[in-house]
Amino acid sequence: MSKHKVLSIIGVAALLAVMSVLPFFAREYYVEILIIFLINIILVTSYRLIATTGDWTLCHVVLMGAGAYASALMAKHFGWPFWMTMPLAGAAAGLVGLGIVYPLLRTVGFGFFIASLAVGEFIRLVWIKFHTPFGGPRGMINIPYVGELGPIDFYEAIPYYFMTLMITSGCVFIMYRIDRSRIGNTFKVIYEDDILAESIGIRVGRYRSFAFVLGSFFAGIAGALLAHRLSAIDPHQFGLDEMVYLLVWVVVGGTATFAGPVIGVAVMTFLFEWTRPLLAWRPLFFGAILIGFLIFLPGGLESLISKFAFWNKKQKTT
Amino acid sequence: MAMFEAKELTKYFGGLAALSDLDLEVEAEEIRGIIGPNGAGKTTLFNVISGVYRPTSGEIIYQGKEISGLITSKIAEMGVVRTFQRTALFHKLTVMGNVLVARHLQDKGGLFRAIFGTNRRIDIEHEEKALEIIDFMGLSDLKNELADNLPHGHQRSLGVAMALAAEPKMIMLDEPVTGMNPTETKHMTDLIRKVRDEWKMTILLVEHDMKVVMGLCDKITVLNFGKKLADGLPEEIQENSDVIEAYLGGEEVAELLGE
Repeated sequence: MSKHKVLSIIGVAALLAVMSVLPFFAREYYVEILIIFLINIILVTSYRLIATTGDWTLCHVVLMGAGAYASALMAKHFGWPFWMTMPLAGAAAGLVGLGIVYPLLRTVGFGFFIASLAVGEFIRLVWIKFHTPFGGPRGMINIPYVGELGPIDFYEAIPYYFMTLMITSGCVFIMYRIDRSRIGNTFKVIYEDDILAESIGIRVGRYRSFAFVLGSFFAGIAGALLAHRLSAIDPHQFGLDEMVYLLVWVVVGGTATFAGPVIGVAVMTFLFEWTRPLLAWRPLFFGAILIGFLIFLPGGLESLISKFAFWNKKQKTT
Repeated sequence: MAMFEAKELTKYFGGLAALSDLDLEVEAEEIRGIIGPNGAGKTTLFNVISGVYRPTSGEIIYQGKEISGLITSKIAEMGVVRTFQRTALFHKLTVMGNVLVARHLQDKGGLFRAIFGTNRRIDIEHEEKALEIIDFMGLSDLKNELADNLPHGHQRSLGVAMALAAEPKMIMLDEPVTGMNPTETKHMTDLIRKVRDEWKMTILLVEHDMKVVMGLCDKITVLNFGKKLADGLPEEIQENSDVIEAYLGGEEVAELLGE
């Protein structure tokens, strides 16, 4: 194995070790923050997966919502347990994604961006309009908690945290393998030159839909995790405000590498909590960050890492 | 039955007729030159045939099947691949990487393989075939070089290599020797001839270099303002007064042809 690969594996193992120990040293409030942080990692990584084909969407949090509502409905009305509703929620979000991607495929770039916003808003309006089964503007409450497994009660923060940590690790690992696979490479090839790709027989439309449905599936899983932690969801949680935060995470982190968006969520989650006393100033603060990064560091924080590595290499050879 | 036929092929962009009632018939393993002044519709013709544009009217028949309206990747799947006038490459990949991407169509592995990367044997087959093509195009020394770093002539050769990697039955070359020096041009010309002779491909060739066109092509079709001006053997085309007139006046073309 190459030195690089060994270092990466050690790095990830160290990270997981830290993440496993952290909740025991934190107040319960912060454990809840960490749970949301892990859920957002799934969300942002699945967003990046879609973006590797060049499709930037504005409806990704809506697909998270689709998973949240699906899991909530299955748990409340059919009484199914979480280990069943979670993957089915992912499937439901994937199906919603499949339903909306075909008209979206007729657009590219900025057109796609705006069209996805329109579709997302339409779905949210369906949730707002229909009291049955979605609960209308107030959303759904009394979503069943995950329950118990022997002595472990997932109602408690720390058990739920570890469950989420395992699910997040699993999802991220799968998405990483896909990113590095032939399919992942094809996504990137399509991003670079879709006309050239078509001319050598790559069915660009098919790959774009696949990326979209896959990303939606994982967004749905994140939604299920959210719904069963909060026990209540409403349509406004999945609106444009949340979507803009997602965009801030990817801009701050960068999307060129797989880890970039995760760095973005981590940094922004930290800043979020750190600036909690200044809550009223938050929109201004985050708007400024977004603009600042776009102007001064459009590659995101991950580009600093590669610049540092390059500088380091130069130092060694001079 | 001809390998490829266009019947009354017309393409309008708004009010502008880029192609107008074009008839074309190409036999299997023929090298057909498509020439004409700039703006005559040559690249539009390639774009329409390969599905980048939908024709306004007319038929495009390949191996007896109507292909107008199909998407580009489907047409490529059926065996029609084109190269581009612009330098179309995956800049961040190596020469080998580019050719391997172009093997996509020939990868019979399916979804499972695409995600889990199984079947090393297929990988090896693709690498061998890619190396064969890279050798053929004379790019062996550069196979691990980034496409971006290649000199212009080699980039164009890489474009042809990628088209060949898709294993088409009919290949459309859009100005393959543009920007090449005489040595590179001769090399490319020989390769094109070999592609037809050894790999039994049908070739449509858009080119401005008249020496190349006259030396390589079995037949030539001349376009002007989207219409077919003339069709025939190289000798016939050279003597066709309409053609000579269309190309900036008789003297210069006659000189080009070495008369």
